[in-house]
Amino acid sequence: MVSTTQDSTARSGLAAGPNLASPSRGSPLDDRAEPAEGRDASAATATRSDNSTRSARSRDETFVEFIDVEKMYGDFQAVKRLRLTVGRGEFLTFLGPSGSGKTTTLNMLAGFERPSQGVITLAGKSVDRLPPYERNIGMVFQNYALFPHMSVEQNVAFPLSVRKTPKADIAPRVRRALEMVRLEQFKHRKPAQLSGGQQQRVALARALVFEPTLVLMDEPLGALDKKLREHMQIELKQIHEMLGVTMVCVTHDQTEALTMSDRVAVFDHGAVVQIGTPHGLYNEPATEFVASFIGENNALDGVVESVGAGQCLVALPGGLKATALSIGDIRPGGPVRLTIRPERIALSAGGGPTDNSHQATVDDRIYHGDHQRLLARLANGQVLTVKVGPEMAAATNETVDLFWSSTDCRAFPASAVADGNQPSIGRAS
Amino acid sequence: MSSIALPRLRTRDQRESLRPFALATPLLLLLFFSFGAPIAALLSRAVYEPTIANALPRAIAALKQDSGAGVPDEPVFLAFAADLKEAQAQGSVQEFAKSLNTRLSGARSQVLRIARNAGQEQATSKEAMIKASPLLGEPRFWAAIREGANRFTSFFLLSAFDLRWTDQGTIGAVPADQAVFVRVFGRTFLIATVVTLSTLALAFPLAYLMTNLRPAIAGIVLVLVLLPFWTSILVRTAAWTVILQKYGLLNDLLLWLGLTSQRLELMYSRTGLIIAMTHIQLPFTLLPIYSVMRSVPPSQLRAAQSLGAQPFTAFWRVYLPQVMPGVLAGCLLTFILCLGYYITPVLIGGASDQLISNFIANYVNAELNWEMAAALSFVLLASTLGLYVTMTRFFGLDLFKMG
Ligand SMILES: Nc1ncnc2c1ncn2[C@@H]1O[C@H](COP(=O)(O)OP(=O)(O)OP(=O)(O)O)[C@@H](O)[C@H]1O
Ligand SMILES: [Mg+2]
Repeated sequence: MVSTTQDSTARSGLAAGPNLASPSRGSPLDDRAEPAEGRDASAATATRSDNSTRSARSRDETFVEFIDVEKMYGDFQAVKRLRLTVGRGEFLTFLGPSGSGKTTTLNMLAGFERPSQGVITLAGKSVDRLPPYERNIGMVFQNYALFPHMSVEQNVAFPLSVRKTPKADIAPRVRRALEMVRLEQFKHRKPAQLSGGQQQRVALARALVFEPTLVLMDEPLGALDKKLREHMQIELKQIHEMLGVTMVCVTHDQTEALTMSDRVAVFDHGAVVQIGTPHGLYNEPATEFVASFIGENNALDGVVESVGAGQCLVALPGGLKATALSIGDIRPGGPVRLTIRPERIALSAGGGPTDNSHQATVDDRIYHGDHQRLLARLANGQVLTVKVGPEMAAATNETVDLFWSSTDCRAFPASAVADGNQPSIGRAS
Repeated sequence: MSSIALPRLRTRDQRESLRPFALATPLLLLLFFSFGAPIAALLSRAVYEPTIANALPRAIAALKQDSGAGVPDEPVFLAFAADLKEAQAQGSVQEFAKSLNTRLSGARSQVLRIARNAGQEQATSKEAMIKASPLLGEPRFWAAIREGANRFTSFFLLSAFDLRWTDQGTIGAVPADQAVFVRVFGRTFLIATVVTLSTLALAFPLAYLMTNLRPAIAGIVLVLVLLPFWTSILVRTAAWTVILQKYGLLNDLLLWLGLTSQRLELMYSRTGLIIAMTHIQLPFTLLPIYSVMRSVPPSQLRAAQSLGAQPFTAFWRVYLPQVMPGVLAGCLLTFILCLGYYITPVLIGGASDQLISNFIANYVNAELNWEMAAALSFVLLASTLGLYVTMTRFFGLDLFKMG
């Protein structure tokens, strides 16, 4: 599997920067250590009509490829210069806020929208002139789009019967698909007689029964309640592993993206701002947007005092100082925003490097069952959320010491905050 | 415990299901007294016609004694003369003559003359009476009397199908020159079918277009379609006469476009009638289709295509079955309304294109033959209900469930 950033300058901006926590990772955008040249070469061959020179591996890694794809609605640019690859058998999730272009991108892949610019290839061939019904892509819609006048069985048989599959083959394949989603006993019901979760599974069986090479899902779990959603996330993941089918899933639920995906592409304002494994995105966000969008983060605004080897010293209001990893274009005197995860702040100087330490008073303590959250007020009045164990017992207004490692604290240029829609790292070089 | 709780639960359920009816009671009463009861009373006249039986008590009693069919024996004649004399005296003879005339055309004047004579002199014998009015010697006269003796009659309903009881007591066709209603019903159903199909041909694509237009534009189109609703049907029909006339707008346009070389007779023709009725009925067909089409999400067609269905297959197997209830409801509505068209055929249709309603109106207004009007109305109502039941049975369409 390989990833391509949406913008090659993004990588060079990053490569100049940080001294990353884990030496095994190439860059926050791409956690597979692969030389950039190799990737560029494979991208180049993908556009060539002659595929024979490509290795089996690179063909698998660029099963789906978006090459500089743009989508305009009138004057409005819904998708901007998208470069993206999906590997064969991969589970890729598009994650992003509402209106960031995820559905549009998915619809272009499914064939319901045509790119205004650029090319989409599927298994090495451009799909530009291929109508949706010839793409052999299974799709699960947000509201499932089950056919209300057909029974569950007829719904699942539909893709087979329109393909003129012999009648004798249809019944066993439908049965197997329904068994896979554990709905055999409901096959004579109409969709309206099923619960939301059952409908979702019918939609899944219908999208999988004709053995498509690629399955697209637009917010497949969006209509389910929290508990069912969590259950279906695991089920989807298991089905993906069992069938080895390539899946592209859209969601705006970051937990869902982290749970299910091999890789996640984070969308913002029509562009992919970062793509990587859930682990990579969570621990090494490349922009302030990703840092705040995925997981919870504390944000501290300050001014850079000095810049060292991948790190910087930041002056916070009220005379406090903090060291952090420099991400992107960090210059002395420039405004920055520091982000630090609540679980990376410790109350004791115990395990690991804790080169930042500050005194704080407890504003409040919120009980969550398996953990608690402290709202800790720094001397300058800024409040940090700290995740602590369930047995921790700090009284309100008690003074505590906060410790964190500078490698867990990331400094982003504050200009990226001002116009958050632009990935600042893209403009760094 | 449950054996006690259960019945109580049920009465509560029943009470709750009755509550909406209680709220609608005033409306239901209004409907019953102003609509249901009069219609039932009117329709009952199709089978209940006591005029003859009331006018001829003695003759009918005598007929019961009389053995054979055909012309009866003398006692019946004498009783008939006595009955007529009394009817003449009470002034009810006109009504009797009219009633007999509907069964036996031409009988009216003879009956009135017999009655006048009976009032002046004592009836003598069968022969004398037949000599004075030869109609009395004809078996068909007595067949009509025997039929009329029965207060409940199938005469009018049979007539509505151009059938009658023959002198032999079997059901047979009426003479060809009197057979009208089967043709009129046929014409009514034919024109209703053609109009329904033409509105469907116009409404289906239009509704589909409207569902795919931007909401603002779809709203404008909807207003344009509904605009005719805001004027009375009389005005609309009058407007069509302006358009369809020999020197009217449509003929001018066709000539100007060079589509025709001479002016068409659109007024007082079936073509003109169908054009005008199609226009008037278009909203009735369109609206149910449009409302159902709007409820089908666009993702349905996309899903079908993503699953491998070509556009036509997707339309045929996914879209059409889902909009079918709307199509059937719209068509049924238009068809049923077309069966009852009255003013448009009068103003635009030709003399030979009058529909069943025109005949009903004629019987009510001009001929004062309410029995025939009731019989025709009954057949119309029965066929409408039959059509509705067929539709609901075979297509699973439930108009009451339509939004
Ligand atoms: N047919 C269209 N015409 C004009 N603008 C459109 C059209 N479809 C989408 N857009 C715009 O394109 C942008 C991206 O839309 P898209 O549906 O891809 O968002 P999304 O990321 O899927 O959001 P959500 O999470 O809310 O589904 C939005 O700003 C939307 O308003
Ligand atoms: Mg969307």
